[in-house]
Amino acid sequence: MTTTTPRESTGADETALAPELLARMHEIMVRARCLEERLIRMNKQGDGYFWIGGPGEEALNAALGLLVHKGQGPQYDYLHLHYRSSATLLAMGADPVDALRQMKNTATDPYSGGRNFCNHYSVRKWNVVPVSSPIEVQFSMAPGTAIANKRAGGRGITIVQGGDAGTAEGDFASCLVWCSRPGNELPCLMIVTNNHWGISTPASEQHGEKHIADRGKAFGIRTAVIDGNDPETAYRELRKAMDYVRTERKPFLLEAMVSRLYGHSSASGANFISDEADCIPLFERKLEERKILARAAMDELRARFTQELLEASKRVREEPQPRGEDIWKHVFADRDLVHESAERPRGGNGAH
Amino acid sequence: MATLVQAIRLALHVGEERHGVTDVFGEDVGPPLGGVFTQSQGLRTAWNSPLDERGIVGTAIGLALAGQRPVAEIQFCDYAFNTVDLLKLAGGVCWSSAGDYNCPMVLMTPVGSGIRGSLYHSHSFDAQATRIPGWKIVMPSNPLDAYGLLLSAIADPNPVMFLAPKALLRAKAAPNERIPGEPDDDRVLSKMIDAPLGDRSRWRPEWPAVEDLFVPIGKARTCRQGRDVTVVTYGRMVPVAMQAAEQVAADGVDAEVIDLRSLAPYDWDAIRASIKKTNRVLFLNEDTEVTNFGEHLLRRAVEELFYELFAPPKLLAGADVPGIGLADNLERASVPQVDGIVAALRDLARHQP
Repeated sequence: MTTTTPRESTGADETALAPELLARMHEIMVRARCLEERLIRMNKQGDGYFWIGGPGEEALNAALGLLVHKGQGPQYDYLHLHYRSSATLLAMGADPVDALRQMKNTATDPYSGGRNFCNHYSVRKWNVVPVSSPIEVQFSMAPGTAIANKRAGGRGITIVQGGDAGTAEGDFASCLVWCSRPGNELPCLMIVTNNHWGISTPASEQHGEKHIADRGKAFGIRTAVIDGNDPETAYRELRKAMDYVRTERKPFLLEAMVSRLYGHSSASGANFISDEADCIPLFERKLEERKILARAAMDELRARFTQELLEASKRVREEPQPRGEDIWKHVFADRDLVHESAERPRGGNGAH
Repeated sequence: MATLVQAIRLALHVGEERHGVTDVFGEDVGPPLGGVFTQSQGLRTAWNSPLDERGIVGTAIGLALAGQRPVAEIQFCDYAFNTVDLLKLAGGVCWSSAGDYNCPMVLMTPVGSGIRGSLYHSHSFDAQATRIPGWKIVMPSNPLDAYGLLLSAIADPNPVMFLAPKALLRAKAAPNERIPGEPDDDRVLSKMIDAPLGDRSRWRPEWPAVEDLFVPIGKARTCRQGRDVTVVTYGRMVPVAMQAAEQVAADGVDAEVIDLRSLAPYDWDAIRASIKKTNRVLFLNEDTEVTNFGEHLLRRAVEELFYELFAPPKLLAGADVPGIGLADNLERASVPQVDGIVAALRDLARHQP
């Protein structure tokens, strides 16, 4: 693997991606959109108390999920994800019905057993650590998994993702400092998805910095600002950044400009916002022009996913709810699962 | 006999050699200082972190989730208050993921007054810590328990907070509290494991062959048997309560002193059995008194043991003021002292059924 040198800003790397890959990304993006739309409907119909998710981020997140070195333990990538990361999970192979289960807070919800909001994943077999509603705190945790990655000596990296508004928290600064300690740089890819909003406050009122990514430069961290609405750009730039982090074992800060198509959450109505760029029709126009996919096939795909998820949501409605006494489960662990799933740690002889 | 801080160091050493500890880290934890109280001198896995408590707790969580076994330190518990949401997060890892993940980390921090530490080196953390479910919380009052509780904390698959009473860090073990394998002579132990003053770049510790000893988390220790009144306490207040118990013994009041050792989970069986025996109880700690952990214990005693009680149960705790003042009179007025405990014990003993 050659060492790549990512540019400091969006570049014109036109290395063509294979048509099969583009079709695959399209399918994941559409499926993720249909899933989010189903989650929103479930919430509006009373089949769930709250919706928050990622419509508008499918291009970036599908590309990310396809590029993850997926597995368990520090030889593989650790993911500190966003609650807008549904496309990443689907790209990794998650069953979308599990997201419906979490929306319906069923006992069968594999991510939290009916305890947490939708899109709050936890998948130990893929190193997806539990997503918490405050997102930025994960930037304080990421150096820990990145130390384990570095210590393991393989090509596994840590990926941490948060929004633009969250970078105002001290945790973001913690991550920059801890990942760039001289001689102890960490293999951590920090992704800031910039949708120009902090809940309901525009970024322009609160942030004076030109690019959030510029903050990395003070620490000697490589940075890029990319168009996160274009899956080809996202795939290429993520691949470059990840290759650098995997090979050099050093951090990278990537800022991706994305859209937020249904507002912050159900608390702000979860209605479609038509004046933001929508990555799916933009991508579909390209796919059609380049004769990679036909309009009819794409329409059929969307109709099929919509129907499948509708039917699945009806089945999920019948699944059991957790019982009141279940609150007492898992307050404490009786087994060291994370240790069992990791390689035997090698103490004191490696990176920290 | 080891001091409490030497016992911590010995446990960390045993932890990294035999029980998988991968990282002992925090501010000034690594060389050259080896901890502001010397607790991490000479350890193989000790390293210095940035001056960032949120980063320390967050990184410990990340290490734990990745199957490492970190022991992180907050230099004084006064500096843990800006990490409370991360502590909540660590305590919620297992529960929020419905058992998918566990979070095996230890967080050590020195607590309490007694070293004239004024506003930012005298706080207690037990009231705060016991408000964060999902954590186990231990607090030793002597070197042997410090050693055994820290090893149990390291072996536990959950987040465990190890609150070290800073006024007792230099306290020596009693003759019957020897860590198995430690040298008989204090000076020999000191020569082996205490870093020299001045340049220590070439110094290496010579670790004694101490044996494993696990003090179970959740088990109290009765330090003094008594018939008339029970004192339930922990940490720095244990030796103070013992002093008070000796004083009232001269008046014929026979106090039982329970060192709780673990605050979460806590040994209710031991508390209940003692209250059933003495029918009078004093809960004692030095954290501020409003929403104090002792208040919880007192509430439970009233609810469950009301008809066993010959006297209204008492709580003696820190004054509900924003800080511990530096001047001797201010500190003494802020946290329980022997005289106050003696008065409380006499008052309790005076009540008859």
